[in-house]
Amino acid sequence: MAPGSVGLALLEGEVPTFGVSVFESTPLFPSAGWTACHPASGEAPASCATFQPAWTDIWFTNHICQAVIAAAVVLLFWLIVSRRLKVVPSKRQYVGEFLYNMLRNGVARDVIGTNYQKYVPWLVALFTFIVVNNFFGEFFLFMFPTFSKVGFAWALAILSWVLYNAVGIKKYGFGKYLKKMTMPPGVPWPLYILIIPLEFLSNFITRPITLALRLFANLFSGHLLIMIFVAGGTWLLTYTKHNLVYNLAGGLSVLISFAIFALELLVAFLQAYIFTVLTAQYVSSALSEEH
Amino acid sequence: MTPLEGPLGPLLPEHISEFVVGIILFVIIYLVVRKVVVPRFETMYADRTAAISGGMEKAEQAQAEAQAALAAYKQKMAGADDEAAQIREAAKATGAQIQAEMRTEAEQEASRIVTTARAQVDAERSHAVEALRKDVGTMATVLAGKILGESLDDDARVARTVDGFIATLEDVPAR
Repeated sequence: MAPGSVGLALLEGEVPTFGVSVFESTPLFPSAGWTACHPASGEAPASCATFQPAWTDIWFTNHICQAVIAAAVVLLFWLIVSRRLKVVPSKRQYVGEFLYNMLRNGVARDVIGTNYQKYVPWLVALFTFIVVNNFFGEFFLFMFPTFSKVGFAWALAILSWVLYNAVGIKKYGFGKYLKKMTMPPGVPWPLYILIIPLEFLSNFITRPITLALRLFANLFSGHLLIMIFVAGGTWLLTYTKHNLVYNLAGGLSVLISFAIFALELLVAFLQAYIFTVLTAQYVSSALSEEH
Repeated sequence: MTPLEGPLGPLLPEHISEFVVGIILFVIIYLVVRKVVVPRFETMYADRTAAISGGMEKAEQAQAEAQAALAAYKQKMAGADDEAAQIREAAKATGAQIQAEMRTEAEQEASRIVTTARAQVDAERSHAVEALRKDVGTMATVLAGKILGESLDDDARVARTVDGFIATLEDVPAR
């Protein structure tokens, strides 16, 4: 193999087929049409251009199943740690209490302030649901963060959007709430021409979008990064034979994937926390008297 | 073309099912947490607060009891002091009264003795004066009779002479 033809060599090697994108959902009970259009190897038939998946292909996928399992884990966790709570906590209770305290006092009370108790269940459910799904990306069995499927992130972001607008409208009425959120006091009136569209955009449009995209993009990119380092590294280690440089680079990239993996553990927690704190923050700003 | 390769790439859900299932799952978790988990924790917190403040109340009660006991003791001590003072006062008063009574009694006795003595002296004096008068009269008469050699048996005259003599004696100014 002549030097300088490294790229070519990679292409000429035994190119592995990873099948469909790892972010694509797989039906648990694939219909006949789906199986035909997603062959294990080779090209799908041309007739698949207009293929419409059956409803079971859409509603019973591995990722939906994973989200349902995450919800079950969250519910089980809370129901188990909150059983027979004692004034003097046991070890089991202490774990639950630690988490509950963090969300109740550290997030709800500190951010929302007065009347925070109403929002504690929402924040508890939100944080634990996100964090469990995120940790699914780093733990065996699934090895896939649910929120790297953007639909789940949109769902939670829309719910948070509905929540903070609903509590704001309930407290101030629609007109007054809209005015409060778009017309900050102490601004000279000509500036309102500029301020009102900007405030409207930032408070009603970009908030849910950034909420969803922040969560989604962090997990998507994290998972993508790990996939690249692991898959690429493995490929360099094993598929490119008789090339020490490739093999060393492959080994290094697998090692780096461990570090990224550790980082992803942090990101998984952090993104759940940020989503929860921001939701609380939006509720707080919708309820606040001034601004 | 799969949805992940659409114009928005992975920013659009691959299937709407993700979005719907996400909302349903979250709402279920939210409802269960609100209905079961949060009330359990809040009840426990309330119990804990009650237990802690109950302990504090108990301690406060004990402290109040101790203070009451101390106050009662102090009051008792003060009472004892008062009583002692009263007893002392009473004793003093009684002593003074007894002293006064005794003084009065002694004074009365003394004055009685003096009065009696004076009366006795007066009586004796008048008795003596009477006797003297009688004796002196007689003696003087006898003496005068002897001197004059005449019998002065006329009592009326004698008495007059004697009285006259004594009157001259009494006229002598006192020294």
